[in-house]
Amino acid sequence: MKRIALLGMPNTGKSTFFNRLTGACARIGNWPGITVDLLGAKILLGADMVEVVDLPGLYDLHGFAEDEQIVWRFLHNNPVDLICLILNAAQIDQQLPLALQLRRLELPTVVVLNMADEAERLGIRFDAAMLAAGLNCPVCFISAKYGQGFPETRETLRRVLSERPPTRTAALAAEFAEDEALVAEAEQLVARAVTMPRVLEHGLTERIDRIVLHPLFGIPLFFLAMYLLFQTVYALGGPLQNGVAWLLEGFRTQALVLFQPLLPGWLYGLLVEGVYNGVGTVASFVPVIVLFFLGVALVEDSGYLSRIAFLMDALMAKLGLDGRGFVMLLMGFGCNVPAMMGTRVIRSRGLRLLTLLIIPFSLCSARLQVFVFLSTALFSTTQAPLVLLALYAISFLVAFGTALLFKGRLHSHEPLLIELPPYRLPTFKQVVLRGWHEVHHFLNRATRFIVAGVVMIWLLTHLPPGVPAGGPETLAGLFGGWLEPILRPMGIDQQMAVVLLFGFVAKEIVLGAMAVVYGLDGDALAQLMTQRMDGVQAFSFMLFTLIYTPCLSTVATMRSESKSLAFTGVSIFWSLLLAWLLSFLFYQGARLLGY
Amino acid sequence: MSLVRLSELAIGQPGIIEDVDAEGPFRQRLQALGFRIGKEVLPIRQAIFGGPLHVRIGSVNIMLRRNDAALIQVWASP
Repeated sequence: MKRIALLGMPNTGKSTFFNRLTGACARIGNWPGITVDLLGAKILLGADMVEVVDLPGLYDLHGFAEDEQIVWRFLHNNPVDLICLILNAAQIDQQLPLALQLRRLELPTVVVLNMADEAERLGIRFDAAMLAAGLNCPVCFISAKYGQGFPETRETLRRVLSERPPTRTAALAAEFAEDEALVAEAEQLVARAVTMPRVLEHGLTERIDRIVLHPLFGIPLFFLAMYLLFQTVYALGGPLQNGVAWLLEGFRTQALVLFQPLLPGWLYGLLVEGVYNGVGTVASFVPVIVLFFLGVALVEDSGYLSRIAFLMDALMAKLGLDGRGFVMLLMGFGCNVPAMMGTRVIRSRGLRLLTLLIIPFSLCSARLQVFVFLSTALFSTTQAPLVLLALYAISFLVAFGTALLFKGRLHSHEPLLIELPPYRLPTFKQVVLRGWHEVHHFLNRATRFIVAGVVMIWLLTHLPPGVPAGGPETLAGLFGGWLEPILRPMGIDQQMAVVLLFGFVAKEIVLGAMAVVYGLDGDALAQLMTQRMDGVQAFSFMLFTLIYTPCLSTVATMRSESKSLAFTGVSIFWSLLLAWLLSFLFYQGARLLGY
Repeated sequence: MSLVRLSELAIGQPGIIEDVDAEGPFRQRLQALGFRIGKEVLPIRQAIFGGPLHVRIGSVNIMLRRNDAALIQVWASP
């Protein structure tokens, strides 16, 4: 099968192009280096199946960044029949040297000038024939976002693929010549083939930047925007969540109970009180999670993330980090794992390890479910949002404090150079695709971890046979008893200790585990929690849940990204120690003060 | 025309790049983003608390820290 490799600088719409070409669902981000895994898809081009691979964005074929090295290694080790280079038409003058570097590889190439619509609005005009002659390959103009020019591009790709014989990668080993000569050639070609207005009209982006990057109001505006985003998510998500919970409970009380006389007692217990209640409690949070990710996608694709890096860099520099570290903490609000993979754009090892160390403290969507559930169950409607806000603040403070403590050991200076892309409004389709991608990911985890987790917990709380379910004689009671001396000083009882034990695997299990341990779901579970613990105990439990190891996936990611078992160990040990210390101090302190 | 560091240019005062005193990957990154001798660069704004500079070069907007900007020598237009 023939293979097409997609290449291009970050922020050129390469992922959007890939999605449109393959109909697949890749992550799209307006942030350098977000495409960290290689995405591949097989498509029908003309009469042949062709494999399309989306390589990470790169600035320079000579580059030393990890992403650039990935591209190099890929081209070296995999036969490629056609390179499809995506360039941003609006920034053609900066991006053309990359095209000339590629020309030296002597691989069949098609150059695709994306954002042709944006370039046209900026008043940039192209002489396509001269450009194609200078690059010695076909040139296509498209708008990947809106799909203009797509049929022609597909046809060009098909034609070039069928014309040229497959090439050998051996030719790639040839050395590159001097950069400066290429740059001069690029400038000459731009001068001959492209007409640019002397002053580019940056109108809208400049006007937005004047407000959001304002020296005084920039940072407060950012926090206000975050606050509004979260408020919107809860205002819309709350009723939806109640609706789903009501439906699930209705189904159980109206339909599932009919099976009770037909099945053996233990099997009905396992399937309904275990799997159905456990998974159902988690599933009722899906609407909130979907809305949350739609919001994140909107921010991520708009170009605002780079601005946040700009605003926060001065503060982060004092912590031994840089603006990108703050952006990755924010991305960790969705899920810590992709945020940790995003640190690949950082080249200095010390800085990268320090950023990796703080990301697990970012309050991810899985922990958010637990906090929303417990805070609404145990606090009044006016207190609950404040409790959540406090947890977000603690999440930042713990991350910053950890950076301050470790910055001496993981010291480095890396020059920081970030492009501030023009603001782009993501299309409705992009946002929906992204939301679906996250839901898919969530449901995947649900089937892998949550079902297995709740079954395990049901067994632990019901074995050995004959003892009262959930009592101290069960296996769960036994484990809880062992953990009790450690967890009692922070107000966590035996049953919640078992829940925390399973929370180590994934925080998505925590709610399901609570439902199974107490044999209740939804409102009934919330009711019971108010009898089992008071506000101080609940907050101590949430504090511990926030700070200790987020899930096994983060541990695995930490190991693979840091390539160090010792560092992964330090990270786990530090988060457990800190979680215990802070919960202990909070619980004992609150009790001393008489709460 | 006077020769100054990019970090010393006033906001809104354009400069022509004379020399880039960086090495290795950072130099390549600067070049890939358009910081080349003879190009015009324009400081747009600076972040609060001594934060990074926002500069425009050609059609690209870039942020970089002041100490990194000090590595770039520019001819300041009067």
